[in-house]
Amino acid sequence: MKNTAKHIYTALIFLFLYAPIATLMVLSFNASKTRSKWGGFTINWYSRLFQNEEILEALGNTLLIAVVSAFVATIIGTIACVAMTGMKKRSRTILMGITNIPMLNAEIVTGISLMLLFISMGLRFGLGTILLSHITFNIPYVILSVMPRMKQLNPSTYEAALDLGASHVTAFFKVVFPDLLPGVLSGFLMAFTMSLDDFIITHFTKGAGVDTLSTKIYTEVKKGIKPEMYALSTLIFITVLILLLLVNMAPAKNKTPKNPKPL
Amino acid sequence: MTSKNKWLSSPYILWSVMFIIIPLGMIFYYGLTDKTGAFTLENITAIATAEHAKALWLSLLLSIISTVICFLLAYPLAMILSNMKVNQHSFIILIFILPMWMNFLLRTLAWQTLLEKNGVINSILNFLHLPGMNIINTPYAIILGMVYNFLPFMVLPLYNVLSKIDENVLDASRDLGAGSVHTFFRIILPLSIPGIISGITMVFVPALTTFVISTLLGGSKILLIGNVIEQEFTQASNWHLGSGLSIVLMIFIILNMIASAIFDKEGEGSML
Repeated sequence: MKNTAKHIYTALIFLFLYAPIATLMVLSFNASKTRSKWGGFTINWYSRLFQNEEILEALGNTLLIAVVSAFVATIIGTIACVAMTGMKKRSRTILMGITNIPMLNAEIVTGISLMLLFISMGLRFGLGTILLSHITFNIPYVILSVMPRMKQLNPSTYEAALDLGASHVTAFFKVVFPDLLPGVLSGFLMAFTMSLDDFIITHFTKGAGVDTLSTKIYTEVKKGIKPEMYALSTLIFITVLILLLLVNMAPAKNKTPKNPKPL
Repeated sequence: MTSKNKWLSSPYILWSVMFIIIPLGMIFYYGLTDKTGAFTLENITAIATAEHAKALWLSLLLSIISTVICFLLAYPLAMILSNMKVNQHSFIILIFILPMWMNFLLRTLAWQTLLEKNGVINSILNFLHLPGMNIINTPYAIILGMVYNFLPFMVLPLYNVLSKIDENVLDASRDLGAGSVHTFFRIILPLSIPGIISGITMVFVPALTTFVISTLLGGSKILLIGNVIEQEFTQASNWHLGSGLSIVLMIFIILNMIASAIFDKEGEGSML
C-alpha cells in the first residue's frame, strides 16, 4: 500500500515533467498550423524542416556555440581544478567563491553585465560575443564536475610517476587524467546541455541577424511558432534520448566500480 | 600537487576577472551614474516608484510561493528516490536533466496548449465532468511555469544529500527508540539542510528574476521585475535605470549566496 502510493507520486511528478514534451511531440505531427487544434496526422513538417534555411542556420549556430563553448570551458575548467588543488586554502576558497557567481547569480544579471562589458570593449555583437558568454557560464559546471574527482585523487601516484622519471606532463596525462576523465566528460556534457538550452544570456549578448534556436523561437512567439520547430525539437530530443540510453546501457556489462559512468 | 603548478591557475583567474568581476563592476558603474556620468542614487531609489515596487513585490510573492511548492513536491520525491537502493545515481540525475534537451521556451509554451480554455487539461476535466480551470495568462500560470521549470533544481540537491545519509545513523536512531516521525525531524531533516538551502537558492533566484516565464504564460499584462529590467535594456535603452534595478535584485541574490555559504560550506548540496 505504502509502496503503491510512492509509485503513484513518482509517476505523477514525471507526468508533470514530461507532459509538455509529449505535447510538443504530438504537435509536430499536427496537420493544423495552430497549436490549439488537432487537424489530423502528418509528417509534412519534418520534410518542410529540411527546406527551412532559417531554422537550419539557427540550428547550426546553436550546435556550433554549444560544442565550442563546452570544449573551451572543459579545458579551462579542468586546468583550473588541477591548479586549485595546489593553491593555499584561502586563495582556493576565494576562487571557488568567484566560480559560484555565474551559477548563483541571476541569468538576466549575468547577461546584461556581459552586454555592458562587450559594449564598452567595442566588440561587434555576434557569434563571438555569444561564445564568450557561454564559455563563462559553462566553466563552473565543468569545475563542479571535475573537482570532486580531483579531491578523491591520491597525490602519491602522481609523485610516484615523477620519481620513476616521468615528466610533469607525462605524469599528468598517464596518471592523473585517466582518473579525472569521468568528471571531465560529465562536465563537458553538462556544459553542452546548458549552452544548448540557454536563452536569457544569449538574448542579451547576440547581435542582430544572428540567431540560435532559442532566440529564434522567442521572436516567433508573438506571430506563432512554426510547426517545423516542433519537428526539429522532437528530432533533437529523440536523438539525445537514444544516445544517452546507449551510453548508459553499454558499460553495464563490464561495469568496473572504479569507473562510474559520466552523468 | 606541487606549487610549480601555480601558474596553471592563471588562465582561469584571468578569465573570471575579465568576464565575471569586471562585468559586475560595470553594472555597479552604470547603476550608480546618470547619463552624464555623474554619481547618483536615483536609479536605485527608482525601485520605490509605484510601478517598479509593484513588479518587485509580485516577483517576490510568486517566487516565494513557487519555491515553497517546489520544496514540498521535491522533498518526498527525493526521499523516495534516495530509498530506491539501486545504484542508479547517474540515471536519476539523467531523467531530470533530459527535459532540458527540449528547448526551454518550447517546453514552457507547451503549457499554453495544455492550459488553454479548450486545451488538453480542460478537455480531460470536461470529460470527467469536473469544473474546468482558467488559469492561462494569470499569476497562477506563472507559478506553474516556475515550478515546472525549476523543480529539477530542487530535487537534485535534495536527492544528493539524502542519498548520502548513512543507513547506520537511521538504524541507530530506531534502535534508540525513535519513531519514524522523530527520526525524520531529528536526523533526516537536519542532515539534509545543505541540500535544502542549495535547492532554495537554485529555485528562488531564477524564479525571482525571470522575464521569460511571465512573458510566455502570463500574457503581456503581468510585469515582473525581470520584465521591467529587460525592457529597460532592449526597448527603452535606459541602461542606467536597468542597472540600478539590477543592483536591487542583486541584494536578494547576495542574501541568498550568504545563506548558502553559511549552511553549505562543503558544497555538499551541489546539484551534481
